[in-house]
Amino acid sequence: MAQLLAVLIDGLIYSSWLFIIAVGLTLIYGVMKILNIAHGSLYALGAYSAASLAGYWLKQGYPPMGSYAVMVVAAILVGLIAGPIIERGLLRFMYGKDEIVLVLVTYAVFLILEDAVKLIWGVDPYFIAQPYGMLGNFSIGDLTYPNYNLVLFGAAVLIGVVLAWVLTKTRQGKMLLAVIHDREMSGAMGINVGKVYFITFTVGAMLGALGGALTAPMISVQPGIGAETIVLAFAVVVIGGLGSLPGAALAAILVGIVRAAAVHYRPELDLFSIYLVMAVVLIVRPKGLFSAQEARKI
Amino acid sequence: MKHARTLPVLIVIAVLLLAVGPFLPRWALFLVTVSLCYGIVVLGMMLLMRTGVVSFGHGLYYCLGAYAAGTLDQVYKVSDMAVMLVAAIVTTAVVSGAIGFLLRKYRDIFFAMLSLAFSMILYGLLVKTSALGSSDGFNIAASKIAGITVAGTGSERYVRYALTVVFALVSGIFMHRYLNSHMGRLAEAIRDNELRVEYMGASVRNVIHVNYMISAVLAGIGGALAAIAVGHIDPEMAYWTTSGEFVFVGILAGTGSVLAPFLGAFIFETIRSFAYEYSPNTWQMALGITMLVVIMFLPGGLWSLFVRKRKAA
Repeated sequence: MAQLLAVLIDGLIYSSWLFIIAVGLTLIYGVMKILNIAHGSLYALGAYSAASLAGYWLKQGYPPMGSYAVMVVAAILVGLIAGPIIERGLLRFMYGKDEIVLVLVTYAVFLILEDAVKLIWGVDPYFIAQPYGMLGNFSIGDLTYPNYNLVLFGAAVLIGVVLAWVLTKTRQGKMLLAVIHDREMSGAMGINVGKVYFITFTVGAMLGALGGALTAPMISVQPGIGAETIVLAFAVVVIGGLGSLPGAALAAILVGIVRAAAVHYRPELDLFSIYLVMAVVLIVRPKGLFSAQEARKI
Repeated sequence: MKHARTLPVLIVIAVLLLAVGPFLPRWALFLVTVSLCYGIVVLGMMLLMRTGVVSFGHGLYYCLGAYAAGTLDQVYKVSDMAVMLVAAIVTTAVVSGAIGFLLRKYRDIFFAMLSLAFSMILYGLLVKTSALGSSDGFNIAASKIAGITVAGTGSERYVRYALTVVFALVSGIFMHRYLNSHMGRLAEAIRDNELRVEYMGASVRNVIHVNYMISAVLAGIGGALAAIAVGHIDPEMAYWTTSGEFVFVGILAGTGSVLAPFLGAFIFETIRSFAYEYSPNTWQMALGITMLVVIMFLPGGLWSLFVRKRKAA
């Protein structure tokens, strides 16, 4: 019983993390039809910026609670700088090409940014563990968890709710849905599609960076974390159905729980379990759990 | 014109490579061996690209081929290169035959993602299999070929090199003939318009399935040969970045000729070995920029430069 509870809690914590790293990816795909491999690098950039900025903040002796704000600001800065550079400087020349070509373009961006990270921060790992333990712990039964996990859970719920609200309740969100539905027609109706793409990509980049920033206190920030994370984000997004927000949430929970169960009962199946779920879902539902029907074009 | 010349060029290059082999310095011998292994894998990628599908998971077969060869040595104490290669071919053919039944229904991003999932499954398994060295992998020693012991005779490097050259030649000739066969010609037709191919009575799924298996077996051969040449294997061979590299070299080389993958692989491996030496932290950046340039200005890959020049002459 205790183990089942542990699986559930670990699973939910892991799900929250998965949702945060995957949500920006699915948003960008939904609107722009770009499966953005560079999302992994944005995650890494966010993690590195947060680690170094928050590290600097703490070293200066400023109030430690402020380091959370610093981490979020770092992620927003990364999004605001890297997002527009990638979208305006490169991707906008590529719209209209095959989806698979766009994947390769973002793969090229990923390779470039991987080395950019190494050039800026070097190859030694960064540690910024203080924000992880600072909030104290909570206990359920005889299981104890750092409160930081609640922050992660809260952030995931907040991001999901805000995005869903913006998409369905605001004017901008409805315009975005129109662009998703039919790009050319919405352009003809006076929606500035270029601007929608620009904003979507920047927000998506910010979310990727935020994922990294929130993860930074829990890991050692080192080269390779982007590559490791992007495949997990792929798994979540593809399981949920590319471009679907509720799909990403459901997939994150599914993968999170399955992986937690694997870790507790059969630790050797840890990574294997995630991709097994991905393969099985794709085999049963080729376009993921939540996917819109598409008319076949000749 | 172009097609008529490909075969003689292939054979001449192979004979030249075999002839100069004994005089090459050790590093050059290794560089050519590894590039040819890579070239064999990319040859398979080229076939898939011509069919209009991109696999982001061919590391699966690269790794499977290598582990089929390595497991023979590690677990069953069979260290004959010929047996290792047969094992790699059989394993990859069986696995790709099975997975092909699923993948043949998928296209575009979904094909890429499902193949990625399968390769990551293998990666996830191998990383946790302590009998096969977990994430460190293990060393393999291929000391015999077809029953003749070569280890310790001083010629073992050349034997591995020659074996790779021969396999590259055979794969190249096979692919060249295949591409000009009925099945091979259907590949490009499928890329152009799948529906019309179906209207004309060919089974798109069968063609994709067969091409997928051929490319998988080539990746397995490349993986086994690389394992024999390098002497060490690890699960990283199935990681998605390895598969990404294959796609990268495929795009870089272009699909114009069976010579293109070998040329692309040789350029790639040369840049890689020198970049590791002189600027280990910027070489991926150079790759990324090259890839963007190729996608934007040379959609047919490096090979298209070659063809255009020849037409002008």
